[in-house]
Amino acid sequence: MLLQIKNLHASIHGKEILRGVDLEVNKGEVHAIMGPNGTGKSTLASVIAGREVFDVTAGEILYQGKDLQKLSIEDRAREGIFLGFQYPVEIPGVSITNFMRTAVNEVRKFKGLDPLPGGEFLRLMEEKKRLVEITSNLTNRSVNEGFSGGEKKKNEIFQMAMLEPMLAILDETDSGLDIDALRIVANGVNKLRRPDNAFVIITHYQRLLDYIIPDFVHVLFEGKIVKSGGKELALELEEKGYDWIKKEQE
Amino acid sequence: MESEANKILDEVTQGDYKYGFVTDIDTEFAPVGLSEDTIRYISTKKNEPEFMLEFRLKAYRHWLTLVQPKWAHLRIGPINFQEIIFYAAPKKKKELSSLDEVDPELLATFNKLGISLDEQKKLAGVAGIAVDAVIDSVSVKTTFSDTLSKHGIIFCSFSEAVQNHPALVKQYMGSVVPYTDNYFAALNSAVFSDGSFCFIPKGVRCPMELSTYFRINAANTGQFERTLIVAEEGAYVSYMEGCTAPQRDENQLHAAIVEIVAMKDAEVKYSTVQNWYPGDKNGLGGIYNFVTKRGICKGNNSKISWTQVETGSAITWKYPSCILLGDNSVGEFYSVAVTNNYQQADTGTKMTHLGKNTRSTIISKGISAGKSNNSYRGLVRISKNAVNSRNYSQCDSLLLGARCGAHTYPYIQVDNKSSIVEHEATTSKISEDQLFYCQQRGISAESAIGLIVNGYAKEVLKQLPMEFAVEAQKLLSISLEGSVG
Ligand SMILES: Nc1ncnc2c1ncn2[C@@H]1O[C@H](COP(=O)(O)OP(=O)(O)OP(=O)(O)O)[C@@H](O)[C@H]1O
Ligand SMILES: [Mg+2]
Repeated sequence: MLLQIKNLHASIHGKEILRGVDLEVNKGEVHAIMGPNGTGKSTLASVIAGREVFDVTAGEILYQGKDLQKLSIEDRAREGIFLGFQYPVEIPGVSITNFMRTAVNEVRKFKGLDPLPGGEFLRLMEEKKRLVEITSNLTNRSVNEGFSGGEKKKNEIFQMAMLEPMLAILDETDSGLDIDALRIVANGVNKLRRPDNAFVIITHYQRLLDYIIPDFVHVLFEGKIVKSGGKELALELEEKGYDWIKKEQE
Repeated sequence: MESEANKILDEVTQGDYKYGFVTDIDTEFAPVGLSEDTIRYISTKKNEPEFMLEFRLKAYRHWLTLVQPKWAHLRIGPINFQEIIFYAAPKKKKELSSLDEVDPELLATFNKLGISLDEQKKLAGVAGIAVDAVIDSVSVKTTFSDTLSKHGIIFCSFSEAVQNHPALVKQYMGSVVPYTDNYFAALNSAVFSDGSFCFIPKGVRCPMELSTYFRINAANTGQFERTLIVAEEGAYVSYMEGCTAPQRDENQLHAAIVEIVAMKDAEVKYSTVQNWYPGDKNGLGGIYNFVTKRGICKGNNSKISWTQVETGSAITWKYPSCILLGDNSVGEFYSVAVTNNYQQADTGTKMTHLGKNTRSTIISKGISAGKSNNSYRGLVRISKNAVNSRNYSQCDSLLLGARCGAHTYPYIQVDNKSSIVEHEATTSKISEDQLFYCQQRGISAESAIGLIVNGYAKEVLKQLPMEFAVEAQKLLSISLEGSVG
């Protein structure tokens, strides 16, 4: 098993957001997480990645059998956890090329590998840029600075392709994408799928799941996963909304 | 969890100074303390003509009437001038005619600093950089002087210029920074020991970067160097200054003067990477750095550009300035000042617009960490006759942690109606969002801070000559080791 979350509770500034999440993800699987606004989807992603503003008050997260709570943010990333941000952050003055070279080489160092020589790194960049159909000059610009919403999301997928994670959590990567970009992003994900890695896709729209077929769909509601099913659950939600789930909870 | 971030900041900003070694060199000292005798000693040692001694004595007598200025946002301990050695020189066995005769310890010192005084080695590289190396009070070696002299360029130590080009020295020394200018300028004018002299004749574009490396080595000594750069009509030169000092518990005094003269259509680019010993984590020791740097755009269409990366010194007091006298002349000031631990910096510029259609640009990036204090102080003055002039100033401060200070003191005086002055200022912090984003990609907090800070300072760093930009980037990251949140 790649990821096992048991009875996870997490809060921010004393306010409880996650109230007992259980989730199991195996290698080779794609999971979709849906749910109304503000129910804790991004919080769950942040807590898995180790963001320090959230306090884990109960439960555990095991990743490849290891207790994630003991690892720093960067070590989790180096062990293969990737988070595609709902709101990617701008880093003025730092080019994507420089940013990615630093990231790739720090991950390599952690694995006991030498830094990638300049030429090889650039070749890798070109290859991955093609994968997500990114035009060449975007990578010379500062990380996310002045990027359109769609460019930011494509840049997240590009970074994922560069880092080849074991577990990729994509938080609303489809929001704000036009039809073509949506297809590009989905194709990117499909090409990166392997029997030994897994994806957790947070989305509001069943549309994305036409391209990336999930093995499981979960509904997160008020800090808990209240319903799980196959890909047909997404269709049902699209059709009926969340009211029936809310009613079921009462 | 805020404290977690602060903890990381602290770790990242508390790195150690890596240039803190002392070299064991046979050194000759002036008697301790300051008096007319000390000044005569220095002048005699340097075998100076009479006009130099007179200049020094006038400056000294003027200095005696002054008191140390207090207007800067700095806390400065008392300086006891009677405990300082005002002149220290590595002993020469005989006159040097080739590099082989330079004390091997000295060569090793500069090699450790990554500076090659070996011309052959440099020639093998792509572009040569001519270097003047100043240790304690004297210049020990200037490279490429011969190559440069073929173009009519004079690049030598100040002492040599006094011996070989006294008329030029007499004409220009003190013409931009008179000895009456301020307390530290008067002191420097009285006791200055060496520095660099550079003269680019009419119409000549200097074919290589010129640079001076200053190193304080001896204990209890002050360093008072003086640099003079003259670019005649249509000339161009790019000049670079670097400085380091050993790690010592006491505060050492450094009071320098740099004067630049740019004639019609001339351009001078002056870049500094200042990395004097900053003192330790508890604020013990470090260099007191009081510098007067000023250039005059004397002729029409001339240009002077200052770029500085200030990471060292316990105290920095420094305002590289431009007097824009010629019509259409241009002044620029690009600065990154980093303070960490207990460092204090009060730095900025003065742009004095006198000619018509003159333009100036000020880009200042202050980065404070630890318990340090970082101030920008600038004056933009546009006189009545400087019609249609423009200034654009941008002063940004970046705070790492909650215990440091950033201050901005912009003074603006515009005496005509056709000129435009724009001033922008921002204060920001490295956000938790940015750090989390970097760390999520596997980048350690420490490298993330290095990346973010270098990105922040990019506008200034890109002004540096290529050869020094890389060095400056590393220095920025190192200076902030042990600090973010
Ligand atoms: N930094 C924060 N400070 C205070 N409250 C926060 C913070 N981050 C999240 N929250 C709160 O936690 C709750 C869950 O937020 P979260 O972002 O996880 O929701 P979400 O399910 O991802 O919603 P959306 O579908 O709108 O993206 C919300 O009520 C939100 O306001
Ligand atoms: Mg969200």
